[in-house]
Amino acid sequence: MSERSFVGGIHPSYYKEFTAGMSITPARPPSQVIIPLHQNIGAPCDAVVQVGDEVKVGQKIGEPKGFVSAPIFASVSGKVTKIEPYNHPLGNPVNAVFIENDGLDTPFEGMQANKPLEELTPDEIKQIAKDAGLVGLGGATFPTHVKLAPPPDIAIDTVIINAAECEPFLTADHALMLERADDIVYGLKAFMKALGATKGIIGIEDNKPDAIENMKKAVAENRGEYDIEIHSLHTKYPQGAEKMLIKATTGREVPPGALPMAVNVVNQNTGTAVAMAEAIKLGKPLYERVITVTGPGIRKPGNLLVKNGTLVKDIINQCGGMKDNARKLILGGPMMGLAQPTDDVPVIKGTSGVLILTEEFVQEYPISPCIKCGKCVEVCPMNLLPNFIASASEKERMDLAEKYGAMDCFECGSCTYTCPAKRPLVQWIRIAKGEIAASRRK
Amino acid sequence: MAKKLVVSSSPHIKSPENIQSIMVDVLIALFPVALMAVFLFGYRALVTMIIAMVAAMVTEAIILRKGDFFGDGSAAVTGLLLAMTLPPAPPWWLVVIGSVVAIAIGKQIYGGIGSNIFNPALVGRAILLVSWGGHIAGNVWLKPVPFGFAADAVTEASPLATYDASLLDLFIGTVSGSLGETSALALIIGAIWLFYRGHIDWRIPGGFIGIVFIMGLASGGFSMGLYHVLAGGVLLGALFMATDMVTSPVTKTGKIIFGVGCGLITMLIRLYGSLPEGVTFGILLMNGLTPLIDNLTLPKKFGEVKKSA
Ligand code: SF4
Ligand code: SF4
Repeated sequence: MSERSFVGGIHPSYYKEFTAGMSITPARPPSQVIIPLHQNIGAPCDAVVQVGDEVKVGQKIGEPKGFVSAPIFASVSGKVTKIEPYNHPLGNPVNAVFIENDGLDTPFEGMQANKPLEELTPDEIKQIAKDAGLVGLGGATFPTHVKLAPPPDIAIDTVIINAAECEPFLTADHALMLERADDIVYGLKAFMKALGATKGIIGIEDNKPDAIENMKKAVAENRGEYDIEIHSLHTKYPQGAEKMLIKATTGREVPPGALPMAVNVVNQNTGTAVAMAEAIKLGKPLYERVITVTGPGIRKPGNLLVKNGTLVKDIINQCGGMKDNARKLILGGPMMGLAQPTDDVPVIKGTSGVLILTEEFVQEYPISPCIKCGKCVEVCPMNLLPNFIASASEKERMDLAEKYGAMDCFECGSCTYTCPAKRPLVQWIRIAKGEIAASRRK
Repeated sequence: MAKKLVVSSSPHIKSPENIQSIMVDVLIALFPVALMAVFLFGYRALVTMIIAMVAAMVTEAIILRKGDFFGDGSAAVTGLLLAMTLPPAPPWWLVVIGSVVAIAIGKQIYGGIGSNIFNPALVGRAILLVSWGGHIAGNVWLKPVPFGFAADAVTEASPLATYDASLLDLFIGTVSGSLGETSALALIIGAIWLFYRGHIDWRIPGGFIGIVFIMGLASGGFSMGLYHVLAGGVLLGALFMATDMVTSPVTKTGKIIFGVGCGLITMLIRLYGSLPEGVTFGILLMNGLTPLIDNLTLPKKFGEVKKSA
């Protein structure tokens, strides 16, 4: 076992060829954006604009209702036409601000460059991250400023930039590493300074040699007095899962139920590092991001810079539309992304990909009994017994499901991917997690 | 939008592997073994294998009431594995009974694939051994005649009765014995395929063969250690029977314990028991302990104990 890896995991087909190496192109400005007021793990936002208001690009429209939350910004300039619940990528409708695009892209005056990083104090960096509404852009959408504020008794020594991009199909981070390498390093330095960390690591899967090369160059040119290393990681899913990445790069194992802080590490996503750099250098809050539009079911795949609140159907249209045999729309990657019942749904801060799959991917396989092959056990990166958890859950023995480790499952999907009996293991494990969590709350 | 979008939970891609493809891989792995059996024991071995497989598939198709005889392929595997454990030319009805018992009592009585506790092929063999021992383990061992496809049948004593075969003969397989157990070479080639395809790992065969070697060594030195590994059914058992997915543990530690247990019982029977061979009962006994072993060897979750390395 290579030290740059973890035990378990799978080797799916990566399908990166649809968009690998494609440069980032700005998406066509949408005529309207619908910006949900809940885009992060934690509390939602309250609207701070009213119907009829004129807003500018980068103007705050949602004010967070708690510490674990992040403000939300207008991504176009124009008029607020409605504030009402609308479809949301996570399922239930969420209150959203509708803005009619006036096409002028008038920037908000409040967006002002900050002092250069050398002159900023750690607290100022944290404040900038908070004010810019930064969240983890890998999909987890955990507010960045919370990660930058560990409890006083924990000293963070290492910041890791998650550039593994282990989900098949997705290439947004890859594109950022080719085009925005300097900003990634800048963002990492900002995170290190904010946390007082002495070491920075950028972890990249070794199926992206061009990105590794480019990042090495950027680090050499920009690191200054910061100690930053590039780690080339074994290409294996889920190499980019927080705990696996920390294990692969530092050898440290985050205990069950704990956060990376427990082993003095903070993880940040590649896109988040770029957003951090933009927030400092330009005063630009998070209102757009790079999204990989890909899959066998889309006519013209690409890596697009998309404004927050753009409807997925607008994105699909400008990518040539869905092919006739398209059958599934997923926001995120194929392993952990969420299938959508409609393309009439806005993209949010956490949307890393728009993936269109075709007929052959949605075949229903007959579910066979478990043949106890142990392959799910072998691949589980958390070293759980997915087959036992799932069958306990099926029999509604939640006590057993908990004993076999249900709560430590982070739903990476490796077990379901692997199971030759085509058992929907993750689905059953999710049910168990829900029930166990509910009974703990009682 | 033209057609309705399918909504299902993640992951949205699945590996191409399924139960049938695994069973086909097992059949491929058994091919060199079968070929060697025909090379050594002629057409009789071929007939035995065909009868066993057809009887197993027909039995399963009747019980499951389906027209697709091959199905997931598991019945064909069971039939072929059973044939591998039999003498090269037993009476045809014995083979049929063995296959019917293997499928009906070894497997379907428990609810079919995945639910059985004991290795079906070995259940079939055990019943035959107990009921018609003379046809299975008496003076039934054909003398191998390489290239003698239709050679006359001559019997001779098994190398586990005499302990006088050369290690080279045991390795190549030019000794008497059950149809599929004599050639270590063919078994190893087949097992490499299964390793390569990820269907078996080293733990069960490693524990099994390791302990047989150590105990053989303790009983009579290095070459006796090798003799015990190569003679009789140890390799067939360790590589193809004990590694049966359904009836062996799923935990990594459990697999080692299971393998060691199989080897230990095999050697206790060989060295101190009344039977010359102990592989069948060694594996069947450990099959019975599998659920217990799994539960006693629940793996440590990621991060639960810090690794020193
Ligand atoms: S991979 Fe599927 S068949 Fe194999 S042990 Fe796990 S649940 Fe059972
Ligand atoms: S049990 Fe959970 S963590 Fe383990 S492989 Fe399955 S989805 Fe991943």
